[in-house]
Amino acid sequence: MTELTLAPVDAPGAEPGADARGKRLGPWARRLGSLVAQAVVTLLLVSALVFFATQALPGDVARLILGKTATPERLAVLREQLGLDRPVLVQYWDWLSGVLRGDFGESLANHEPVTSLIGERLVNSLSLALAAMVIIIPVSLLVGVVAATHRDSWFDKAFLGLSMVINALPDFIIGTLLIALFATNVTHLLPPVSIIPVGDTPWQHLTAMILPVATLATSGVFYLGRLVRASFIDVTNSEYVEMATLKGLSRRVITYRHALPNALAAAIPAASLVAAFTIGGVVVVEYVFNYPGIGMLLVESLGNQNLPVIQALVLIVAVSYFFFNRLADAFERR
Amino acid sequence: MAYVEVKHLSVAIGDGSLIVDDVSLELEAGQVLGVVGESGSGKSTLALAMLAYARRGAQITGGQVLVGGIDMLQLTGRPLRLARNGTVAYVPQDPATALNPKLSIKRQISEVLTEPLSQRPPIVAAALASVGLPTKPEFLRRRPGALSGGQQQRVALAMAIAPGPGLLVLDEPTTGLDVTTQARVLELVAKLCRERQMAAIYISHDLAVVADVADKIAVMYGGQFVEIGTAEQVTTAPRHPYSRALIDAVPSVRRRLRLGAIPGRAAGLMPQRQGCVFYERCTLAQERCGVDDIGVQLMPDGAQVRCVLTSEPPAAPRVIVDEADPAAGASESALLVKNLAAGYSHHRVLHDVSLTVGPGECVALVGESGSGKTTLARCLIGLHPRQAGEVLVFGDELAPLARQRTAEQRRDIQYIFQNPYASLNPRRTVGDSIAVAVKFLGGASGPAVQAEVAAALERVELPAALAQRYPAELSGGQRQRAAIARALVCHPKVLLCDEVTSALDVSVQASVIELLRGLLEEGLSMLFVTHNLAVVRSIAHRATVLEKGRIVESAPVERLFAAPEHPYTQELLANTLELAAAAGQ
Repeated sequence: MTELTLAPVDAPGAEPGADARGKRLGPWARRLGSLVAQAVVTLLLVSALVFFATQALPGDVARLILGKTATPERLAVLREQLGLDRPVLVQYWDWLSGVLRGDFGESLANHEPVTSLIGERLVNSLSLALAAMVIIIPVSLLVGVVAATHRDSWFDKAFLGLSMVINALPDFIIGTLLIALFATNVTHLLPPVSIIPVGDTPWQHLTAMILPVATLATSGVFYLGRLVRASFIDVTNSEYVEMATLKGLSRRVITYRHALPNALAAAIPAASLVAAFTIGGVVVVEYVFNYPGIGMLLVESLGNQNLPVIQALVLIVAVSYFFFNRLADAFERR
Repeated sequence: MAYVEVKHLSVAIGDGSLIVDDVSLELEAGQVLGVVGESGSGKSTLALAMLAYARRGAQITGGQVLVGGIDMLQLTGRPLRLARNGTVAYVPQDPATALNPKLSIKRQISEVLTEPLSQRPPIVAAALASVGLPTKPEFLRRRPGALSGGQQQRVALAMAIAPGPGLLVLDEPTTGLDVTTQARVLELVAKLCRERQMAAIYISHDLAVVADVADKIAVMYGGQFVEIGTAEQVTTAPRHPYSRALIDAVPSVRRRLRLGAIPGRAAGLMPQRQGCVFYERCTLAQERCGVDDIGVQLMPDGAQVRCVLTSEPPAAPRVIVDEADPAAGASESALLVKNLAAGYSHHRVLHDVSLTVGPGECVALVGESGSGKTTLARCLIGLHPRQAGEVLVFGDELAPLARQRTAEQRRDIQYIFQNPYASLNPRRTVGDSIAVAVKFLGGASGPAVQAEVAAALERVELPAALAQRYPAELSGGQRQRAAIARALVCHPKVLLCDEVTSALDVSVQASVIELLRGLLEEGLSMLFVTHNLAVVRSIAHRATVLEKGRIVESAPVERLFAAPEHPYTQELLANTLELAAAAGQ
């Protein structure tokens, strides 16, 4: 999907001198250069989109801060203080140059710097995503390969049927179901709400992490596992696997030496995309479990029109999407 | 007892239809048996059954495969695995897909060995050396993707011979290769069998290839061996009408022969079969052939034939076609190419290419893979940008790219692709695919379109009802005819044929060549791109030889084949296999 954002530097014959320069620098430097150029162009576009889209949100920030009873004079003063009366392009430039220096501004709610506000929450969210990925990748690999090697067995059929259902369910329904099963209606094994006190890392409260991670992992495993299964079946139908059988190799060697590396080559780009989806999924899942991460923060900030926070968070999610998409592309090209 | 004995081998699919039907053969160590047949004759299934293997959906249902006295079909588990690399080895048709793209050559060869790891490198090196490949560590570390087609096929051969098998099964190992590489691989196979006293079963659809390498030849049709005898007997005095027909389909480089196409299409699979498998296509069939069970007759010279005829079928004398060039002395060119150059980003593929095709003339463009002949054809049709030069059709200059040309210019010059399995849209009926060409290029509209489609199908001798079918329902020959109809429907003046027969069996090739010959006689001009010199001799009036993007020789075919001047042409000609019978010796 990042193909759409390909910067013109990649276009053949865009610059007459490109070839000669490319030759001098060598193909690696050229690839890297074009990658960086693409990243810069894409992220600039993303930042502009984020900024203008959030600016376009309905509502007047000054009125929101001062309340309905504020006089027009006080509103004007506050707008001036916040810089809201300046042209929007100037505001964008201020914001962007701040972002480039690592300064995302101040929260409108409590005047805390956005970076410190986000910092801890980001660690919480990344912990969640990381734990989910650490489960998703090996489990979907295992499940996918077992389903493929035991094609049409009860396991395979159950996996396919279940994955159809799970893939059709949004994350918040899976999360709600898990809460019902393990935390409220059926059993009370786990806490339904993930409370992590400020200053603690989520790893100190593992029970609080189990259900959110399980929610993300469930949707991830059933999606990625299906892809692994399909690519493994493709590979086992290939002529080189037939050839391996005709060479008299053992089943084990055929599966792990001949089939798996080729199946992985197809599944790794998909895994990078799943990682990107997981970052997006974190937002929803955090809300379901009241987990103190960037997702919860985003929902709160949207509620009180805390523009600098919203902008910073959306930019972070967009950048991570971009990164994992590029990673998927890079694996695909190999 | 012979080293290899196959007795009454049968392979069937789920409904009981036999893909391999009661095949028996004997082969001594060091001997090569050639198996020839059209696609669908069951020859690949037979090859796999020699290793006690059947593809998904098929099953070996009976018989014995004795190699060195051991029945392969009785083995299971570890003994079977050991027999598959130690006793019977397999060489695949397409090494590009049969070698694992992720594993090094070294690993792929050494893993078939059962010796301890430390003793394997010298064996791997010896196997590579005996197929003429380097044994340097850099080469061993390469993956198949970094090798040429010929090298890949040699790696597959090295992999097969490394454990020292007694029987080598080769399934069309040279089909994807150009003539020069093919000649080297064939020579290598013959040498390896001789030196290592290995028996080999060599499978191909091309009788000329099999005749070159085999001691004995079996002709396969509908899953049966319809004839088996010495190579000389089968190629010079075939006894089965099908063998006769196959030989009549083989083109010659020595004379311009009319090629005999076999009417009808290959026998389909049926659970219950009655009478002779070749009954429906046989020109000599008698009433009882459709009813009686046809047994194997043993001939006095040891040959075996499944036919009721007791004498040789009469050889229809091969017709020699007039070679006079219709364009001789013509002042006008149907297609004129002047100083054309083209390439890909840094790499120039064509240098200063000039050629001309007269009205009603067929000019062959000959060269090995990589010589630039397909790039040239794509430049002419406007699919590939040219860097210099001019292209004129009957004096009308064409823009470099197709989208810059007028509809009329695009109608005038039409292209037929190499692979009819890939060139027709699988989700469209044949009729729709043909109609698109007329509609898009504005040759006709409304009800006239259907009339044009019907006329085009008739011109390629396909029944009009075929317009409703999808490409998957057609045989390879029918598909290529449909592709030709799609070109003809625009009423072109010049046809560009890009290797149009190289994906087809020899017998189907014959029918396509004869169809094109008919179109030439109607006055169409043709540029015929090919690497097959026998095909050139069969149809072309003049030939132009391309080497590394430059024209090295251009002459009337008669002169070119009698006295090739350029060493490259001489080499190509020397590597072209010739069936003695076709040569008329």
